[in-house]
Amino acid sequence: MTIAMSGADWLALFVHYLSLSLLSVGGAITTAPDQHRFLVDRQAWLTDPQFNASIAIAQAAPGPNVLFIALLGWNVGLNAGGLPTALLGMAIAMLGIMIPSTTLTYLAAQWGHANRELRGVRAFKQGMAPIVIALLVATGWILATGSHYALRDWPIWLIAIISAAIVWRTQVHLLWLLGAGAFLGWMGWA
Amino acid sequence: MTSPTVASLEPQDAASARPQPKSLSDLFFSFTLLALQGFGGVLAVVQRELVEKKRWMTREEFVEDWAVAQIMPGPNVVNLSLMIGGRYFGLRGAMAALAGMLTVPLLVVLALALVYAQFAGNPQVAGALRGMAAVAAGLITATGLKLMGAVRKHPLGVPACIAFGAATFVGIALLRWPLAYVLLGLGGLSCVLTYRKMGKAGT
Repeated sequence: MTIAMSGADWLALFVHYLSLSLLSVGGAITTAPDQHRFLVDRQAWLTDPQFNASIAIAQAAPGPNVLFIALLGWNVGLNAGGLPTALLGMAIAMLGIMIPSTTLTYLAAQWGHANRELRGVRAFKQGMAPIVIALLVATGWILATGSHYALRDWPIWLIAIISAAIVWRTQVHLLWLLGAGAFLGWMGWA
Repeated sequence: MTSPTVASLEPQDAASARPQPKSLSDLFFSFTLLALQGFGGVLAVVQRELVEKKRWMTREEFVEDWAVAQIMPGPNVVNLSLMIGGRYFGLRGAMAALAGMLTVPLLVVLALALVYAQFAGNPQVAGALRGMAAVAAGLITATGLKLMGAVRKHPLGVPACIAFGAATFVGIALLRWPLAYVLLGLGGLSCVLTYRKMGKAGT
């Protein structure tokens, strides 16, 4: 697909990501539905398969999942021309999503560290501890089950449970486990 | 708890004796390596490497920083890297850790995107990705299990922590409540109770 991007369009893309940045509590992926609405439905800068592939590739790749936004910007740019615009789109999307949240987080963390003896700061950090620990377990649960429960998915459950037990109790390198998971899946056993 | 081997694992280790990043480039490369090992989420690797291997931070400090990284907007592990880098070298450290987390992984993702079109329909590739995703789900669960010990000295006591943790798990994993409600509702309640308990203890 080919699209034309004016200066105002690039600015709109930048503003879209700037505004999403401060809403992305819980990770950038929580704003994916809004990005889909804007990039695919409203502006028609991306196709549906392009949008979904960007998320799938970033999930499969190593590194923070936020990089799916770099791919979305990259694909908007590719549609608008070629390599130079792809790089421009990627830079605009990443800078937009990163600048507001990282600035706020940095300032808040510095303030929190400087005032770490305050009762309120200690109560916040310790009070959140049981919640965020349970959130990790819940995240694992959601990743393993997806959006549905199906008995035929038992190999996925088994692999997830076994790898959780191994990581919990041993020092086996995580890449070995990921490699084993990839092998099982490649053979059609997952 | 009195044996020297156990005591040396406790957080009251002298801060000066604690290992820490040597330089900005140490931060950059450490976080680059962390990110490149993190398939399906970097957090499990961050916990394993920074807490268990490099020992830059204790389990308790990790949970506290993770709480802040989680509640602030933005990608969680990116926030975490920013905070850890900033702790040691200020703004430059934060930028070095952030750049480490994003630069090389970005190139990898772009390379993958370029080859993806050729393999997208391959059932074996799809299966391998599914297998890796299952392992990644296990890794993140194990990270949570390992961090549970961090609440042993929690002001609210272990039973209350378990109750809050169980409620969080049910809300997020089973009932699929929005994260913001859980963080504000359960998290807010837990913080208020902790605050009051700290007051009564005279601390």
